[in-house]
Amino acid sequence: MATKTESLTRETLLAWYRELVLIRKFEDKCHYLYFEEKDPARKITGVYLHLASGSEATHVGAIMAMREEDHVITAYRDHGIAIARGVDPNRVMAEMLGRKTGTSGGKGGSMHLADRSVNFWGGYAIVGGHIPLGVGIALKEKYVKSEAAVICFIGDGALNNGYFHEAANQAQVWKLPIVFLVENNQVGMGTRIEESSGQIYPTKRAIGYGMKEGPSVDGQDIISVYESVKAELDWSRENGPVLMEARTYRFQGHGVSDKQFDSREDFKAELQEWEARDPILVLRDHLEKRFRKLDEEFAAIDAETTARVEAAVEFAVNSPAPDYNDLISNIYVGLNHLGK
Amino acid sequence: MATKNTSMRDALRAALHEEMLRDDRVFIMGEEVGRWQGTHRVTRGFYEEFGAERVRDTPISEMAIAGVATGAAMAGLRPVAEMMTINFAFLAFDAIINHAAKIHYMFNGQFTVPLVVRAATGWGNQATATHSHTPEPIWAHFPGLIVACPSNAYDAKGMLKTSIRDDNPVLFTEPIALYPKPAQIPDEEYLIPIGKADVKRAGDDVTIVAYGRGVDWALEAAETLAKEDIQAEVVDMRWLRPLDIDAVLTSFRKTNRCVVVEESLPHFSFGSEIAAQIQEAAFDYMDAPVKRVSAMDVPLPFAREIELMALPNAQKVVQAVKEVL
Repeated sequence: MATKTESLTRETLLAWYRELVLIRKFEDKCHYLYFEEKDPARKITGVYLHLASGSEATHVGAIMAMREEDHVITAYRDHGIAIARGVDPNRVMAEMLGRKTGTSGGKGGSMHLADRSVNFWGGYAIVGGHIPLGVGIALKEKYVKSEAAVICFIGDGALNNGYFHEAANQAQVWKLPIVFLVENNQVGMGTRIEESSGQIYPTKRAIGYGMKEGPSVDGQDIISVYESVKAELDWSRENGPVLMEARTYRFQGHGVSDKQFDSREDFKAELQEWEARDPILVLRDHLEKRFRKLDEEFAAIDAETTARVEAAVEFAVNSPAPDYNDLISNIYVGLNHLGK
Repeated sequence: MATKNTSMRDALRAALHEEMLRDDRVFIMGEEVGRWQGTHRVTRGFYEEFGAERVRDTPISEMAIAGVATGAAMAGLRPVAEMMTINFAFLAFDAIINHAAKIHYMFNGQFTVPLVVRAATGWGNQATATHSHTPEPIWAHFPGLIVACPSNAYDAKGMLKTSIRDDNPVLFTEPIALYPKPAQIPDEEYLIPIGKADVKRAGDDVTIVAYGRGVDWALEAAETLAKEDIQAEVVDMRWLRPLDIDAVLTSFRKTNRCVVVEESLPHFSFGSEIAAQIQEAAFDYMDAPVKRVSAMDVPLPFAREIELMALPNAQKVVQAVKEVL
């Protein structure tokens, strides 16, 4: 555990714990609704569902380090980031089910959650495509001379994409306030970082851009993530971009079509090791050692988050589907779908 | 109204200059736009006048130019990103099509992308296969993007000003051969609405539909044909998306014959689209098949003699018109 934990109160850490548990339960429910649910009105459909179970501390810790005016943008493993940033879980679940009340009106789906009102600029499904967008948002903040900064989550797999190279270089040339936070779960789809990257230590790539090489933190430890990201965000406001890493894991494989944990023994053994460092357990251990006697609080959080997820499902299930007007709206500003 | 004889490059420059003075959120980014003064000299003097914050030289990074500009536009700025030539924008295809053009829809209107991507287009005088594309129809395939291509200095100025003020992403291509070509430009400000074609020459015998540099060939052909008492109506589309098909149909219902001129390739082309829409909407008015005058379906070579063989010209348009009469 990091050393500056004394400043984090019991209430703060319990609130974070609740976020971790809520997101885990939310994603477990999504998994259930995709694979087990029989009622078509409640089922999550489609070909994509990318769960981030195991990476919650990386997501929540980074989000908690942001100021209100800061921005966050990410790729398609975006559910937990949305919820941590304050997007209404009802609207997130509604988007998972393709309902009109979803964050994107049912037009984006699970990979394209966004909520402008909390500066969550979205999940994006083309690997690397969101990275220059994050740099552009940082450019705007520098252009208007604000102090806001951007967190751009990047999967380790996206580091090998040309978007990262071009955007990282441009951010450094213009000294833009952005933290490139590599969510290093050590595998891109099914290909391990050792098999895909000449440089397996992501932060070392910063050297190639003349960029600050940020820390490599334990992504299972929310306090470490929080403290590091907070420090790097503040550094970036004054000085420019940082490339840092949170080392983490995904417990569910790449997506719903993934057979990683069914077919590959090497991944199975690794999964067991990482499950022992489940981010929820890590924070729970810390809380118990520091504050003792939290059984009631944990039980209350467990019950409350279970109910919260159920409420989100009910909200989504009882929401209407988008209609023809939704199909043809918001293609252009000020022009209809026929361009008139 | 007072006017000045102005080249297309200076008309574009005036449009950018006026919009940058009008709105602090408008800024320029791209390769060689600043210290170099712009590859095509459209941003000449801007770096000195507006400074490095608003005239931003970029690395040779087309994905980042389009992607960063898209992000800045989402966040509230109004970037004009210059791609130097449309050929290089192929590297930014994903940023423009999968991001700039999709974001407003995919997030159900939460974000807008008031972005203009400028790029020189067209035959580049022995520029060879990779540097001679006129690929507007490819870009115009996708909903969410506006695609503009002016045929003259007057239109270029009014269309660019409108594009900068519009809240949608616009791919704005500029026929490279037309940069030096002058037209009379009024001193007063004017705008040209998005998605409105323009009849450049009236006539009753045949409709010639064109855009960009094709308009010059169409007008030249029309003058030749007029000597034989054939009156061609020349419709300059100006915007490929939205496409003002009503303007084409109005003319076609009068002339009953159509030739489409395109500097671009014939396969899945501008001409194909115009022809398809005419037969869908005005079949009863057709007195002849729609004829296309396109670049030949080959990559453009270096050697002058064979390069010119592959390109359309006014004579080819005259010939095509005679085939549909």
